[in-house]
Amino acid sequence: MSDTPLLEIRDLTKTFGSVQALTDVDFEVRSGEVMALVGDNGAGKSTLIKCIAGIHGYDSGEIIFDGKPVTINGPKDAVNLGIEVVYQDLALCDNLDVVQNMYLGREERDIFFRLKEPAMEQRTSETLKGLRVTTIQSIRQAVATLSGGQRQSVAVARAVMWNSKLVILDEPTAALGVAQTEQVLELVRRLAEQGLAVVLISHNLHDIFETATRITVLRLGRNVGVWERAACTQQEIVHAITAGVPTKVSGVAEVVV
Amino acid sequence: MSTLEVAASDLGSPDPEGREGIWQRAIGNLKSGNLGVLPVVIGEIIIIGFFSFTATNFFTASNFVNVILQMAGVTMIAFGVVFVLLIAEIDLSIGFLSGIAALTAAQLQLPDGYNLPGWLCILIALGVVAIIGAAQGTFVAKVGVPAFVVTLAGLLIWQGVILKVLQVRGVIIIEEDWINKTATYYFSATVSWIIAAAVTGFYLLVALSGVVSKKRAGLRVSPLPLILKVVGVAILAFGVVGICTHATKPAACPEGTPLTVNCTQPLGLPLAAVLMLVFLVGLTFLAKRTTFGRHVYAVGGNAEAARRAGINVARVRILVFMISGIMAGVGGIVLAARLQSVNLNVGGGTLLLDSISAAVIGGVSLFGGRGEVRGALLGSLIIATIANGLNIGGYSTGTIYVVTGVILLAAVTLDSVVRRLQDRSGR
Repeated sequence: MSDTPLLEIRDLTKTFGSVQALTDVDFEVRSGEVMALVGDNGAGKSTLIKCIAGIHGYDSGEIIFDGKPVTINGPKDAVNLGIEVVYQDLALCDNLDVVQNMYLGREERDIFFRLKEPAMEQRTSETLKGLRVTTIQSIRQAVATLSGGQRQSVAVARAVMWNSKLVILDEPTAALGVAQTEQVLELVRRLAEQGLAVVLISHNLHDIFETATRITVLRLGRNVGVWERAACTQQEIVHAITAGVPTKVSGVAEVVV
Repeated sequence: MSTLEVAASDLGSPDPEGREGIWQRAIGNLKSGNLGVLPVVIGEIIIIGFFSFTATNFFTASNFVNVILQMAGVTMIAFGVVFVLLIAEIDLSIGFLSGIAALTAAQLQLPDGYNLPGWLCILIALGVVAIIGAAQGTFVAKVGVPAFVVTLAGLLIWQGVILKVLQVRGVIIIEEDWINKTATYYFSATVSWIIAAAVTGFYLLVALSGVVSKKRAGLRVSPLPLILKVVGVAILAFGVVGICTHATKPAACPEGTPLTVNCTQPLGLPLAAVLMLVFLVGLTFLAKRTTFGRHVYAVGGNAEAARRAGINVARVRILVFMISGIMAGVGGIVLAARLQSVNLNVGGGTLLLDSISAAVIGGVSLFGGRGEVRGALLGSLIIATIANGLNIGGYSTGTIYVVTGVILLAAVTLDSVVRRLQDRSGR
């Protein structure tokens, strides 16, 4: 694990009209670690990752990626940096098949603007095999016909297929059963082992204490702090989530030991 | 990534790909509600069967050519409707946009006016409706005004423009050959057969190149459905040309023929049929084989997912409304060419609703994301066949409306039921 963060965010502020969603939030994640992002409903977790992914613009703040200051103005910018997000609602098109969803927005085409279907089909098939997703009968099947677990697999596979550097998973286990939750968490750990930076958003502290390297707590749109997983208890985190005092005095740098 | 392990083992045992035969796949498709063109084809066969027994002169080669010419204009407009419905929007202005294109072309060809060559008239007319379509699309995509309202306003505005322009003249006769031929030219028998052979050969080539690239990528190819498709296209192409070359139209008799003989002149494959085919192939390619087409389906299926995937949703929407405008223009020119004139009724009547009905009957979902370009052709064929059959059978316009309405309702009902089936098989 490297010590310099892959992604570093300083003083990010975002408002929706009169609602202050994020206030001077600091956040960082290193390559090879799983950074859990927790907080109660409305704490600003989703808003923060949407800013990173380029879905929302942000009002002010600084984003440093791989040591260089960057601006993210749209989903394309984030993708170009190597940031992939698996959304809570998976963001799949039900009417398209598995291959089409895997390549959505970055289809391969030849000089006549024709889609290279065979090549895309082959690589999708390889990726799914690599992830041991064996329950999907045909990758030419519409996503509408897949089960919840299979959809999650497609969404995760889509995120890791692109040699991404940072994968953000928004509540990846919320809709899954016990066995599949375990498998997804296993995948999350392996992503980090492979040197990817992983941000895991979850309400489930059990999941987080099983997978995370560090934990960032947000409350009411502000940083409460960052904890090393090995050096804290669930009670501390619960207390921080429900009653934590926002520390604006450069939260990240001071709390990390 | 090969060491990564994740599995969602909540469905039955894994089924290796390709084990299922075409029949199993077809049955699976039916069960999951993917009916394809099946209901339309069955419906068309029933309609043809019904009129063949009840209306004399219906099941003739000449009437077949007639149906082709009657459906050509609506089919072109309906091709554009398919794209609009695919992104789950609606375009109500297409009727009068087709009128605007026809009017523009007619104005520009006037010998006592601009007197431009026909091809230029057509190009300028299509350019005008393309710009109008893109402008309406911009209101929808950028400003966020509902498409229903934008295009309803368009319907009124363009109808008004047509009425104002034609206020004095009332009617413009089109004398330009280029324009008129779109609906009145017939290929000779020889050329018709060559076209049939060329179409079959082209389809065979496309199918073969698909097989080659699949093989190269190491994917399985099952040959049987492919062979069936090529044979099907061959039968269709040669069948249509075969019927068309047997069609005749009444002609002036040479001197000296007895009065009891009805003189006729052989027809061939109408140019309008070839035009429909060209647009069918071109637009199907656009919808199914290009990035743009894929994005159209994505926007219709889940616009938010498309946006997050980095697709420029606004651009897709604007381009779709532009296509809608262009295809309305093409249809309008073909319709005007059939009448060889443009009058105050241009683009009015049931044209708008026929075009939308054609796409919907052809299996294009009003909820977006499902349907194919060929659906417009099949739907418009059904509408034209009903109108033609009831006309020949001596029924009134009222009956035609009632029957078309019932069939439209049946088609949308089928779509809704299919959608529910698909949702149910999903979870």
